[in-house]
Amino acid sequence: MNQVNEKTGAFEYLTTRKDELVGWARKFSIFPYPFVTACCAMEFMSVSSTMYDTDRFGAALPRFSPRQSDLLMVVGTITHKQAPILKKVYEQMCEPKWVMAFGVCATSGGFYRNYAALQGIDKIIPVDVYIPGCPPRPESVIDGIMQLQDKIANASHPIINEKF
Amino acid sequence: MDQGLLERLRERLDAEGREPVFAHGLLAVQLPREALLETVKLLQDEFGFDMFLDVTAVDWPEREPRFDVIHHFYSTHDHVRVRLKTAVTEADPVVDSLVGHYGSAHFMERECHDMYGIVFRGNADLRPILLYEGFEGHPLRKDYPKEREQPLVRYRE
Repeated sequence: MNQVNEKTGAFEYLTTRKDELVGWARKFSIFPYPFVTACCAMEFMSVSSTMYDTDRFGAALPRFSPRQSDLLMVVGTITHKQAPILKKVYEQMCEPKWVMAFGVCATSGGFYRNYAALQGIDKIIPVDVYIPGCPPRPESVIDGIMQLQDKIANASHPIINEKF
Repeated sequence: MDQGLLERLRERLDAEGREPVFAHGLLAVQLPREALLETVKLLQDEFGFDMFLDVTAVDWPEREPRFDVIHHFYSTHDHVRVRLKTAVTEADPVVDSLVGHYGSAHFMERECHDMYGIVFRGNADLRPILLYEGFEGHPLRKDYPKEREQPLVRYRE
């Protein structure tokens, strides 16, 4: 115990709710896994580099392993041939995990309505935040990240759940 | 572009049921499928068409025979192009494969087989290349329903 704290007694304790504390910690450490398949990748590069800088939201460090990541960013068109790969990557991610549909193709198939394109990734995996646009502006992506942060902050974070 | 070469080629090809005409600045040849391999050999050996650009098909649902198989060739020496059109029926959509003449025919014929169901006699490997195993039908045929999907992953409820 150092001299300063002994004198003032400040910040020795703080009270909070468990969900608030865990949510606050989690929302600033979103490690994304970029599942990038199409032209939206250019916008993804733009939003993650200096000008727009998702590092400010703790969502900068892409982990190219699903085991180490929290946020699956699906960037681009998903075809039926690609769908089993996306599903497998999602299943390999550890809890807690979130999914972002980046751009209209991932959201709803976009303008592809044919034999090849999956009509939105929510047909096969659950999605937390949708970002519209073809491609979305970096501002909309940042808005999406902030909405996801709100969602994480306000969610309940059970220490033990049915999956863990 | 060597217009003289195309003119000589047109005269040379105008036989054995072939109908060469000029269309959009290149020579387009309608030919019976028996003459395909022989014509390709002639293009390659005598006229120096050393590059096989593409093979595709056109579906004419109202017409008999229903399909045109289209081959494009290019000469990197003379910078001219030739198009071959071979009509085949729906009941017997078979043409000879060009794998013996151009190595690039392997993959392009697989794609054409995927999309139109044209069978290339002599190409031993016609597995799906853009589509996946188990896909039914041929999506670029006009009678393939344009909204029909064949998902590999079961949808969530």
